[in-house]
Amino acid sequence: MLLSVRNLRTQFQTHNGPVKVVDDVSFDVGRGKIVGLVGESGSGKSMTALSLMGLVPSPPGKVSADSVVLDGTDLTRLSSNEMRLRRGREISMVFQEPMTSLNPVKTMAQQVGEPLAIHTDLGRRAIREKVLRMFETVGIPEPAARLDVYPHQLSGGLRQRAMIAMALICEPKLLIADEPTTALDVTTQAQILRLMIALRDRVGTAIVMITHDLGIIAEMCDEVNVMYAGQIVEQADVFDLFDRPSHPYTRGLLASIPKATEKRTAERLNSIPGVVPNLAKLPAGCRFNPRCKDAMPICRAQEPKLTDLGNGHKVRCWLHDKQGGKL
Amino acid sequence: MSEVLISADGLSKHYPVGTGFFGSQDRVIRAVDGVSLDIYERETFALVGESGCGKTTLGRVMLRLIDRTAGTVRYRGQDLHALNEGAMRAMRKKLQIVFQDPFASLNPRMRVKDILSEPLRTHGFGTAAQIEERCGELLDMVGLRRHLLRRYPHQFSGGQRQRIGIARALANSPEFVVCDEAVSALDVSIQAQVLNLLQDLQEQLKLTYLFITHDLSVVRQFADRVGVMFLGRMVEVGTTEEIFSSPRHPYTMFLISAVPRADPHQRNRERPLLVGDIPSPMNLPHGCRFQTRCPYAQAICRTQEPLLSDRGGRAVACHFPLET
Amino acid sequence: MTQFAETTEDFAEATESDSFLRDTVRVFCRNRMAVIGLVLVGVLVFVAIFIPLLSPHDPYRVAMDEQFLPPSTSYWLGTDNFGRDLLTRMLYGARISLIVGIVPSFISLIIGAVMGIVSGYFGGRIEFIIMRLADTMLAFPSLLLAMVVMYTLGANLFNIFIALSLVGWAGVALVVRSQTLVVKEKEFIEAARANGTSKATIMIRHIFPNVIPTLIVLFSLSIPEAIMWESSLSFLGVGVQPPEASWGLLVAKGKEYLFSAPLVAILPGVAILITVLAFNFVGDGLRDALDPYMKD
Repeated sequence: MLLSVRNLRTQFQTHNGPVKVVDDVSFDVGRGKIVGLVGESGSGKSMTALSLMGLVPSPPGKVSADSVVLDGTDLTRLSSNEMRLRRGREISMVFQEPMTSLNPVKTMAQQVGEPLAIHTDLGRRAIREKVLRMFETVGIPEPAARLDVYPHQLSGGLRQRAMIAMALICEPKLLIADEPTTALDVTTQAQILRLMIALRDRVGTAIVMITHDLGIIAEMCDEVNVMYAGQIVEQADVFDLFDRPSHPYTRGLLASIPKATEKRTAERLNSIPGVVPNLAKLPAGCRFNPRCKDAMPICRAQEPKLTDLGNGHKVRCWLHDKQGGKL
Repeated sequence: MSEVLISADGLSKHYPVGTGFFGSQDRVIRAVDGVSLDIYERETFALVGESGCGKTTLGRVMLRLIDRTAGTVRYRGQDLHALNEGAMRAMRKKLQIVFQDPFASLNPRMRVKDILSEPLRTHGFGTAAQIEERCGELLDMVGLRRHLLRRYPHQFSGGQRQRIGIARALANSPEFVVCDEAVSALDVSIQAQVLNLLQDLQEQLKLTYLFITHDLSVVRQFADRVGVMFLGRMVEVGTTEEIFSSPRHPYTMFLISAVPRADPHQRNRERPLLVGDIPSPMNLPHGCRFQTRCPYAQAICRTQEPLLSDRGGRAVACHFPLET
Repeated sequence: MTQFAETTEDFAEATESDSFLRDTVRVFCRNRMAVIGLVLVGVLVFVAIFIPLLSPHDPYRVAMDEQFLPPSTSYWLGTDNFGRDLLTRMLYGARISLIVGIVPSFISLIIGAVMGIVSGYFGGRIEFIIMRLADTMLAFPSLLLAMVVMYTLGANLFNIFIALSLVGWAGVALVVRSQTLVVKEKEFIEAARANGTSKATIMIRHIFPNVIPTLIVLFSLSIPEAIMWESSLSFLGVGVQPPEASWGLLVAKGKEYLFSAPLVAILPGVAILITVLAFNFVGDGLRDALDPYMKD
């Protein structure tokens, strides 16, 4: 197992008191696997990524965990300097907005080479060579010509490829991709996703794929974690998740997405009524209960725990917990 | 057979770029370039395309929120861009728009009732009491409680704000509504709610929609007919089923195949994917604009630009449309 | 439709923030320096309004036999070169400083706001003319300009208002214009146009309310500037004229006796310093508290 997260907790101090944006999140990432973190806004998926990277601003945020073990090292026991040495080298991140994540006054070669400059002793020419080769790997056309251009001179797709190049240039073991294609056109998105899979196949980097798009999850991931209001509500192998979705939220999500590949059958989409709860004012019991048509009395009273359905498929729901009564 | 409600004829919008020292401009962005289309009463016409294709600009020009460079827009036969200010203002009751960004589309300093009453007051809807009643009605229509009239936009979620935006568009009982990426900024589960709402409203109020989006899945669920745009031109038009089951323009085919499928069993299907980059809109190649990315391009594609074969019905702008 | 009605209850109460006012006040109060500044400003306002009515001494009565008295129980800060109670004269000076701080700031705020919104919204030639006008005003050495105005119109309090408004509007216009440019691009402005709303209504009902937070900050920061201007002008003899008691004038007259009776010059100077600082703290505090509304 490359990454083992146990009970990750992130909370923020607000004037309404502490708010838990990531609440006891646990999951594993095997070597070379692509694990998806899917959820809507407020689910805590991006916060999970930032917490793993150690990028949550420390006041007002506070990150803690039982353990976060990356290739044998517990990241929670590291000092901030030791964590910094690993960022970009063993664990790196690709963000959503390639324009704002790139420095507009530095050339592409300077930026993409920066992790090498920080983490290795390579000289400038050697770094430039590596950047060039990385550009080829990520499929940037005319790579030599693109070394000395500035971000605004490239299209969104190329910038995102450059970001991926920068994230992979030190050959990290784990890449966290936070909505990497949301800001891109669908045809460019397809290319980038295909690139990420190819890189995983070639270099063996494990990927944590964070997205709200179940289509991307289905195309790419080996395992999936569905997040809602800061918790993981369902965890499964990807085929299991789509064939046998167990949590009402997962089922609701799957039913509510319009499909480009099916003829319009029903006149209306199935939608999940209500909205994501305010994390500062969570409902009693299961966080999803106000929106759940199968809610039982116990759902309104007690928070469910993760139940193992076998085969690595876990659900946080009283409908599946023997304690909650019928299955 | 329904009538054509609104149509565009050879509509173009060009933006000059980079004025020379003495104001000479030799470079132009052809955001919309000679587009013709007909939209029939009570239908939902989807306009799809990726960034830079001109669909947003086309929608704005059709409502005369932006001036045209060439061509006409006819609403029930009337040339919208030729109307004087007063006549155009009256026309605005019938032509409305719902915007993409639920946060920027409402004035943060105005209460909901002021936001909704503004179009009513502008067009002399009636007395203050009548206006207030109408505001309440509008909120009912979009599924919000009337007491929320007193609140400010920041007190609502994205989906609710979008409903307020829809209510505002419905104030003066429009006939034609442009939905400009109206659900793109919403979470998936909220998207479904708002799409259902739009559908219900269309039936009840007999609306005609121009649905601008980049999300093909939404199109399949929601639209009657589809127009595909690329770099300022309309490249294919047809009914939803025709477009999705038998696309004729290579670009359409690539667009559809690029949409991720929410079914892991299909992940290893054969998928032709586009390669290459879009040419710069300022430096369009001679001939077909799609040639740099098209695997089927031949000599004629590099010299002669293909025209849309028909305006209504099934049309494609390609020298070698795909066989079905 | 009923499906939606039930859902609204859940989130109708989930507000992000209570209100513009409450948020602003809360953030402001967390800033210690700003609160101190506000208290000082409050004291100043109180003094300016009430004390002159309560002070036993006449600020204008000359008593040459009581020149330069040191601080005592009847004259808390001593007397000046004409035997007048220094404290009383300073309190009257406070009133002048406040008026001169607030009125021209307000006027230049109004002029600047109108110019800024109009030039930002219309663009083109109108923007060009207004902005070049503003540039010219800003390029002029302001003190010189103010002095010229005072010379021409005559040195009295009313003309100071004119001079300072003239000097101040251009900076406001520039800032308001750039804010207008930002607001103008927002979709709710487009929505207003799509509804046929007239340009004037858009500027008044849409752009202006969204520029108010900036205006508040500009206002609170131009007050100390105006106070400084007035002090400088009076010091140079082209502002308030004797026997009026503006702080700048007190410093001017007192400087001649700096080594024999230092209090007469130093104390009004200190008063200027504290007042300007207080307003600056308040202005900075307001800017931080209103920050999300200015970025919006």
